[in-house]
Amino acid sequence: MTRDIDWKPLLLAPVLALVALPLTGSFSIWLTLTVAGLAMGMIIFIIASGLTLVFGLMDVLNFGHGVFIALGAFVASSVLAMMGDWSGSSSLLLNLMAVFPAMLVAMLVAGAVGLAFERLIVRPVYGQHLKQILITMGGMIIGEELIKVIWGPAQLPLPLPEALRGSIFVMDAAISRYRLLAMVVGLAVFALLAWTLARTKIGLLIRAGVQDREMVEALGYRIGLLFIGVFVAGSALAGLGGTMWGLFQQNLIPQMGAQVNVLIFIVIIIGGLGSTGGALIGALLVGLMNNYVGFLLPVATPFSTIALMVAVLLWRPQGVFPVVNR
Amino acid sequence: MSKALLELDGVHTHIGAYHILHGVDLAVPRGQLTMLLGRNGAGKTTTLRTIMGLWRASQGAVRFGGRDIAALRTPQIAELGIAYVPENMGIFSDLTVRENMLLAARGARHARDMDEQRLQWIFQLFPAVQKFWNHPAGKLSGGQKQMLAVSRAIVEPRELLIIDEPSKGLAPAIINNMIDAFGELKARGVTILLVEQNLSFAQRLGDTVAVMDNGRVAHAGRMAEFSEDTQLQQRLLGLAL
Amino acid sequence: MLGRLLSHDLPRSRVLAVILVAIVLALALAPFAFPGVKALNVAAKILVFIVLVAGFDLLLGYTGIVSFAHTMFFGIGAYGIAIASTRLGPTWTAVGVGIAGALALSLVLSLAIGLFSLRVRAIFFAMITLAVAAAFQTLASQLSVFTGGEDGLSFKLPAIISPSFEFSEDPFMGASLDGRLLCYYLLFVVAAALVLALLRIVNSPFGRVLQAIRENEFRAEAIGYRVVVYRTVASMLSALFATLAGCMLAIWLRYNGPDTSLSFEIMVDVLLIVVIGGMGTIYGAVIGSAVFVIAQSYLQDLLRLASEQVAGWPWLAAVLSPDRWLLWLGLLFVLSVYFFPTGVVGKLRAARAAHAANPSSAAAARGTS
Repeated sequence: MTRDIDWKPLLLAPVLALVALPLTGSFSIWLTLTVAGLAMGMIIFIIASGLTLVFGLMDVLNFGHGVFIALGAFVASSVLAMMGDWSGSSSLLLNLMAVFPAMLVAMLVAGAVGLAFERLIVRPVYGQHLKQILITMGGMIIGEELIKVIWGPAQLPLPLPEALRGSIFVMDAAISRYRLLAMVVGLAVFALLAWTLARTKIGLLIRAGVQDREMVEALGYRIGLLFIGVFVAGSALAGLGGTMWGLFQQNLIPQMGAQVNVLIFIVIIIGGLGSTGGALIGALLVGLMNNYVGFLLPVATPFSTIALMVAVLLWRPQGVFPVVNR
Repeated sequence: MSKALLELDGVHTHIGAYHILHGVDLAVPRGQLTMLLGRNGAGKTTTLRTIMGLWRASQGAVRFGGRDIAALRTPQIAELGIAYVPENMGIFSDLTVRENMLLAARGARHARDMDEQRLQWIFQLFPAVQKFWNHPAGKLSGGQKQMLAVSRAIVEPRELLIIDEPSKGLAPAIINNMIDAFGELKARGVTILLVEQNLSFAQRLGDTVAVMDNGRVAHAGRMAEFSEDTQLQQRLLGLAL
Repeated sequence: MLGRLLSHDLPRSRVLAVILVAIVLALALAPFAFPGVKALNVAAKILVFIVLVAGFDLLLGYTGIVSFAHTMFFGIGAYGIAIASTRLGPTWTAVGVGIAGALALSLVLSLAIGLFSLRVRAIFFAMITLAVAAAFQTLASQLSVFTGGEDGLSFKLPAIISPSFEFSEDPFMGASLDGRLLCYYLLFVVAAALVLALLRIVNSPFGRVLQAIRENEFRAEAIGYRVVVYRTVASMLSALFATLAGCMLAIWLRYNGPDTSLSFEIMVDVLLIVVIGGMGTIYGAVIGSAVFVIAQSYLQDLLRLASEQVAGWPWLAAVLSPDRWLLWLGLLFVLSVYFFPTGVVGKLRAARAAHAANPSSAAAARGTS
C-alpha cells in the first residue's frame, strides 16, 4: 500500500505536550496535567464527533448541539440519584453499575430528543445556512429553558461515586481515577467510530456522503435515512459526553450546553468540518491547552484556545484534515 | 408495447430562473446504444440529470419500462436498475478504488461479496482498476478515474447505463477498451445512453442517435443514416463526423 | 425633503409609515406621555436597542454575515464609558475619552476579525465570533482591576445629565425637569442621527455593493469588487454602531457589568429583533426593538399573572413562570424564522406591493374575509 498519510497534524498534540514539559517545571505535575488534558480531550471528542459528521454529511450546522450535552448530563444525574445506594456505595463495581446505566439512559434520551430536533427544527431548513444557525440556536434556548423547568434553574451538584474519586499515584504524579475512566470510555468510543467508518458499509456510505452526497444517491442509497441516523447517533454521543463532562465538573448548570458548545466549535474548526480524525486531534489539543494554560496562567485560558484555533487556521485555513468536497 | 426502454415526452426543466430544456422528446430503444450529441450548452447533461431525478422536470413525462419516473427521487430511480456516470465522474477521492467499487455494488456488504467473475472481466477491460485496487481513488489520473467511473457502473448488472462523456481524457488505446466494453454490454442486453463529444467514438458505437440543440432534440434516428448526412451534421454540430 | 433625510429609503407601506411615526413620536414624547421611572427606562432601552440592532442589520441583513461578536463591541462601548468615568471622574472629557477609546479598540478588533474572514468560510466565521465573544465575556469578569469584575462598575456622569441636576423646581407636564430628562433627549438625538446615518450608508453605492455580495459573492468578485474589503468595512461599521450603542447604554445606566452588555442573552435578543422586525430593512430594527423591549418588560408581568392563575398545576406554573420568559421568546423566535422570514416590515411591504399590483383582487380578498 503506497498510501500517503498526512502525518504532520498527528504531531501537533505530542509537540504541545513536549513544549509544556519544561514550562510546568516538574514531571509529575506535567503528567497529571497531561492525563487530565487527554481525558478532557476525549470527552470533548465524544461530543464533537457527532457534530462534525452531521455537518460534513448533510451540510447542516447545528448551533443547538449543546442542548443534547446538557440534557444528557441532567438525565444522568436523575438516574444516578435514583440508584442512590449503588452510586453512594464505596464498591467500584456497584459504582460502575450505576454510572454505566446512567450513561446509557442519557444517550437514549438525548438520541430520542435528537430525532425530534431533526424532524421539527432542522429538516425544514435544509440548505439554508443562515436559517439553520438561527433556528438551531433558538432550539437550544428552548431546550435550556425546558431543562430549567424540569430540573430547576439553579445548579445541581453531581458528586462522583465514591470509588471513582481520588487519584492513583504513578511516579509521584496524582492521576485522577475518573480521568482514567474518561480516557478509557473515550478511546472505546473512538475505536468504535473508527471501526464503523472504516470497516462497515454504513461507514463507507457516511464517508462517501461527506464527499459527494449526490453521487451516493445516484448509486441508489437513500441518504436521507442515513442522515437521520447520524444525527441521532451524534445527539446520543453528545448526551454521553455531557454526562461525562458533568461528572468531570461534579456540577451541572443549565447553561452548560451553551458553554461546552463554544469549545466544540473550536475543536471542529481546528479539525476540519466533516473529519472525525481531525476532531480527535482538535479535541486533544484543546484539552491539553486548557489544562496547561489553566495551570500556568489561568486568566489566559479562554484566549489560549482561541489563539490555538487562529494559529491552526493560519497554517491550514480549512482545518487540519479538510474533507475534499464536491 | 414500445421498444423503447426509456422515453422522454415533452420534458421541460428549469434550473432556478433558467429554462434549460424546452420539451425534450427522446426514445432510447431497448438493447441498443443511443448517442446523445449536441453542441456545448445544448442541454445534454441537463437531460441526463433530469432522467436521474437530480433535477426535477417541471413538465412532461419520463418513462422507464413504461413506468413514469419523473416524480421519483434519485435513489429510487437508481434502484430501478439505472446506473449513472456523471460528467465529473463522481469518484470519491478519499475512498480507495476497492471502496468505490464496493459502494456501487449495492448487493455486496463486503468486498468479498462482489461477483468475482464480473470483477475479472472489468479488470481485463480496465487494468488500472486492478492495479490501483487499494489506492485512494484521488491518486488516479483523469483517464484512470474515468475507467473507474465506468467500472462502477458495470460492477453489477443494470438495465440501463447513462453515461456522460466517458471518453474524455482517455488515450486511444483505452478508448478501444471502452468500446469493447460497451460492445460486450450490448451483447448482454444492456441498454446504453451515451453523451459524447468524441464523434468517431460515437460513430463506431452508436446504433441510434439523438442530436440536441437549444434544449430540444433536433434530430433523432439511426446512426447509420446520420453518419451519411454530412450536411445535417454540419448544421447541428458545426462539423462533420 | 423627507425623502432626502431618509436617503430615499421610504417605508413603502402606509401601515409601516404610520407605525414608524407613532414609535418616533412616542419615543420623543416619552418623558411626558408616560410618566414614571420604569417607562422612561423602557424608552431609553428601546433607543439603545434600535442603534444596536440596526448596526447588526447592516452586517446580517445587508451583507449577509452572521457574527456573534456584536455584543462584544456593545460591551466595549459600555466599558469604555464605565472605565473612563471611573478613572477620570464625572467630566465630559472622561466621556469623550471613553467613547474615543472604545471606538478605537472596536475598530482594531473588527478590522482583525474582518481580515480573518478572508481565510475562512462563512460558517467558520460565525463559530469563531461566537468563541471570541464568549472569551471576551470571561475576560471582562476576570480583569476585575480594570472592569470591576463580576460586580461591574458604577460611576457618575457630568452633572448636567445626572439625575441630581434640576434646572427647574416644578415638573413640566408630568415630567421633572432634571438631568435625567436631558440625558434621555441626548440619547434620542444620538439614536436618531445614527439611524439616519445607517439609512444613508445602506442606500449608498457602498450599501448596494454589500447587497450584491450578499446575493452572489462570486459574481460580485468577478465583476471586480474586492469582496474582502467591503466585508471588512461593513464589519467595522457595524462594530462602530454597536460600540456607540454600548456607550449610550452605559450613559443611561451609569453602571456596567459583564452581564449588562456582554451576555449571550443580549445577542439572542438582537437576533430575535432583527428576525421579527425584518432583516435588511433598518426600519425592522426600529419596530422590532420597540415591540421587543416593551414585550420583554411587560411580558414578565403577564407571565406572573398567568402563573398565579395556574398555581394548582405545578408543571404548567413552572412553564408559565416569569423567569421562563426566554422559553416563550425562543419559541417565538423559531416560529418567526419559519413563518415570518421577512419579518414585520417585509410582510407589510409585501402586502402593500400585492395591493398595488392588483388592487381589485386585494379588495375582493378583503371582502370575502
